[in-house]
Amino acid sequence: MARKQECIAMLLAGGQGSRLGILTRKIAKPAVPYGGKYRIIDFPLSNCVNSGINTVGVLTQYQPLELNDYIGNGQTWDLDRVNGGVHVLSPYQQIEGTQWYKGTANAIYQNISFIDRYDPEYVLVLSGDHIYKMDYSKMLDYHKEKGAACTIASLEVPWEEASRFGLMFTNEDGSIYEFKEKPKNPTSNKASMGVYIFTWKVLRKYLIEDENNPESGNDFGHDVIPAMHENHEKLFAYPFSGYWKDVGTIDSLWEANLDLLNPSVDLDLTDPSWKIYAKNPVAPPHYVGDKAYVQNSLISEGGVIEGTVDFSILFPNVVVEEGAKVLDSIIMPGTVIKKGAVVQYAIVAENAVIGENAVVGKRPEDMEDLDQWGVAVVGSGVNVGAGAAVEPKAMVGEDVEGVK
Amino acid sequence: MKVNHILGIIFSNAYDEAISELTDLRTMGSVPFAGRYRLIDFMLSGMVNCGIDKVGVITNSNFQSLMDHLGTGKPWDLSRKTGGMYLLPPFNNAQAGTYKNRIDALFNVLDFIHKSVEEYVLVSDCNIVCNPDYAQLMEQHINTGADITIAYCHGTAPALKNLATFDLAEDGRITCVGVGDTPEDKNYSTNMMIINKPLFEELIRDAAVHNRENVERDILQANVDKLKIYGYKVDGFCMPIDSIESYYKANMALLDKDNCRSLFNPDRPVYTKIRDDMPALYGLGSNVKNSLIADGCVIEGEVENSVLFRGVKVEKGAKVKNSIVMQGADIGENADINCVILDKNVSVQPGKKLTGDENYPVYVAKNKTI
Repeated sequence: MARKQECIAMLLAGGQGSRLGILTRKIAKPAVPYGGKYRIIDFPLSNCVNSGINTVGVLTQYQPLELNDYIGNGQTWDLDRVNGGVHVLSPYQQIEGTQWYKGTANAIYQNISFIDRYDPEYVLVLSGDHIYKMDYSKMLDYHKEKGAACTIASLEVPWEEASRFGLMFTNEDGSIYEFKEKPKNPTSNKASMGVYIFTWKVLRKYLIEDENNPESGNDFGHDVIPAMHENHEKLFAYPFSGYWKDVGTIDSLWEANLDLLNPSVDLDLTDPSWKIYAKNPVAPPHYVGDKAYVQNSLISEGGVIEGTVDFSILFPNVVVEEGAKVLDSIIMPGTVIKKGAVVQYAIVAENAVIGENAVVGKRPEDMEDLDQWGVAVVGSGVNVGAGAAVEPKAMVGEDVEGVK
Repeated sequence: MKVNHILGIIFSNAYDEAISELTDLRTMGSVPFAGRYRLIDFMLSGMVNCGIDKVGVITNSNFQSLMDHLGTGKPWDLSRKTGGMYLLPPFNNAQAGTYKNRIDALFNVLDFIHKSVEEYVLVSDCNIVCNPDYAQLMEQHINTGADITIAYCHGTAPALKNLATFDLAEDGRITCVGVGDTPEDKNYSTNMMIINKPLFEELIRDAAVHNRENVERDILQANVDKLKIYGYKVDGFCMPIDSIESYYKANMALLDKDNCRSLFNPDRPVYTKIRDDMPALYGLGSNVKNSLIADGCVIEGEVENSVLFRGVKVEKGAKVKNSIVMQGADIGENADINCVILDKNVSVQPGKKLTGDENYPVYVAKNKTI
């Protein structure tokens, strides 16, 4: 039996993130690189350790190889602990047969025995899809103060975007009286952030009931929380303010990266009191050459920059050769942009090669039909031949032949 | 060739006095270098990269910063159940003081060496900046059947006290050892050497009981005819540091891409303690040319021919030229520095100007405000 923990976290990291297309062909969404050196999962894991939560179960299912490898023993986040620490929890064979995680609630249900080992009072349920800095310990204080069965973190979103979210309607004391999942005409702008704290005793009971209900989709948002609501359990919304972004689509991933270059965006990764931890590359400082021109960008270690980089995010070991241009783009680790190539409004995944004078993406100003415009994506390891063009909005997963 | 039958020994304090400004608060081994490293990283990584998994680090004084840097040895993968990294400080027994010299230090850690099961000992200092291929050194040591193999460079010998210089026969055997010779056009020792362990123990014990104090004169020179001592020529980038000027030049040499590639050979990565900074942020109006920039820097001014360590801030209108700026320093608005070495956390107030010369860089000590 492990030592008792007051609160442990369960991080749902099994999602495919299918809207990220080729970027998640071989890796789960939480392992998608972000912000020049991070991966999405670094945010919830760092938030946990910074909030004093030292036991985290990471539920993986889709393409777990890279994610498991990345999490390792948790040392990156200081989560290699004598008691607790990070644990990767994959679906496993049981005496009654083998089951994939059917839904978010089922994933937790299948790991009841893991949670019980720590005999926690509270369980924090997180997803590995969002970029944000949040002190969960404050939310836990709120949960205790309200004596809630379930507390859901909520964020006021702009009204015009509200219909994309699960919305909550609250009384003055913060208790929730109604939910609406992505309504057409929203009358609330309090969106759920996908961050829940449950009183474990209560949740445990509902998970078992949910599992025994053949009608249920075994999902927190659709099944478990509505069931708790029906039974008049105390549900509260915890108001969060600050930067929070779902990076579920190519556009939002691109935007969330470039948000780091916007001084008015409230996401300071330099704050020593709330570090976001990530595996660090073993590489020397990056080199900026004599003819380089670098403006308004984030550049990580090991890079060699001899061309132009403007309003872009460069991950470790990226090479931008002389005369090449990288504008409004995200370039992931180890990618080489050859002489004279132009990459604009694009996401280029790891270890790709953009050949000499190749052109990837286009500025929206240069489009005749704006409907055809979008961020261009080049998949990992893809070789775009010399002189070739990758159209805006295109998603290239195979090598592109050069043009002579 | 991967080997784990070599015991590594590193002298972290050797030649501290050569750069007394930088070693006032630290050992030679913990002197910051190349934007994110400490000098000991090159030696430790070299050892680890050839398969060595037990390293003793001899420390004599000023070693707080070194201990902070090394921690448990984890970044070099030397936090092990068996072997790993051992700090070997003085005051080992009730009568002992600080180590008086190399032989005294080695004699005091002889027990550690004796108990190690490895067959060979690899000894090195920290003031040599290179990416040593110890596997090759070891291969040569075995192929020649040498008792001792010493890595050497050719050129003008650094101005280090008692540094050995060598004459070599065609097969690489050292035929003559000079100590304190004129420096020009010499094969000079890098003090990286491999010795068979039983012989090493015998030589140290013998030298210590006869109260000898100089490895170069009393061990190498004295035994050049009796023992098979071979030289191994160091390949690639290799710069010994013997003064603040050479420290400055060794940093600046890395702005040459070939040097940088040679020192940071991806086949033999250089490991260091991590700091979890965000990538370097270039603001609007920044202008950076021919420079090495580490993570965590925020640059809004001009930087040229310089090495910026982690977390350096260059504010609007500031100019940094031909300079080395260590971790956490802050160059205020419109400040102007040229040929300067700023130690950690130095703050240059807005509008201040500071100029040195390439042959005489101005040094500003840790935590100072200008």
